[in-house]
Amino acid sequence: MNPYLYAAYIATWLIHIAYLGFLMRGYTRLRKELRE
Amino acid sequence: MKSTFTGLAILTALLLSWGLYQALVIAPTEQTMGDVQRIFYYHVPSAWTAFILFFINLIASIVYLANRSSKADALALAAAEVGVVFCTVVLVTGPIWARPVWGIWWTWDLRLTLTLVLWLIYVSYLMLRRFSSGGQTALIAAVLAVFGALDVPLVYFSIWFFRTQHPQPVMGNGGSIDPRMLHALLINWAAFSCFAALVLWSRFRLEVLRRNLEQTQALEELLQPRSSR
Repeated sequence: MNPYLYAAYIATWLIHIAYLGFLMRGYTRLRKELRE
Repeated sequence: MKSTFTGLAILTALLLSWGLYQALVIAPTEQTMGDVQRIFYYHVPSAWTAFILFFINLIASIVYLANRSSKADALALAAAEVGVVFCTVVLVTGPIWARPVWGIWWTWDLRLTLTLVLWLIYVSYLMLRRFSSGGQTALIAAVLAVFGALDVPLVYFSIWFFRTQHPQPVMGNGGSIDPRMLHALLINWAAFSCFAALVLWSRFRLEVLRRNLEQTQALEELLQPRSSR
């Protein structure tokens, strides 16, 4: 398989995982604020 | 609500796995470009999903302008944010595909430039929402969203009406595609649409909860006796 193909697929999921991490951080912060 | 979310998450995981299998194994290898053409199965569905999300942002912004609904505003914000993520995927996978096929990472072609402009419009929308502190932020953002959405049809139709380096559409306007390729494309689009719906739902819920918390905190502040403030 072509390395550019792998690079594109991996880049796609890295972007989505980074955004999911951002969302998770938002929920964690909100839960912390709710507890305070 | 939770079971619907779990059901959608399971469906998304299945569709994404099936889509990946279709894209890498079942879809035939394109004769001119070879395996690198398989980027198409992530690049195109991501673009279509981004367009749908920007359309949701437009509708929610119009609803907000009409009745100042906080939920419509929260949905507009969530859709713009998730749309920018998908548009980023398009702008990253496009050059990775262009390099081996065109010999260059980027060219100031009409379709590419308009897509970059679209991304910049929605990034500026998000920056406005993040850094502006005035009471009119949501209103100004909604107006920006309505004008920003005008770029979506320009991006989509640019390859129909202008001669550009970007490939012509694969469906409609005389385009044709192998049925197995079309199948892989549509499955991946369904998979990314379900994934986008899940992420949009999570982001919308986070925004609504955050606003509710802020309202509660403001009320508590108001109801506190003066001596304890």
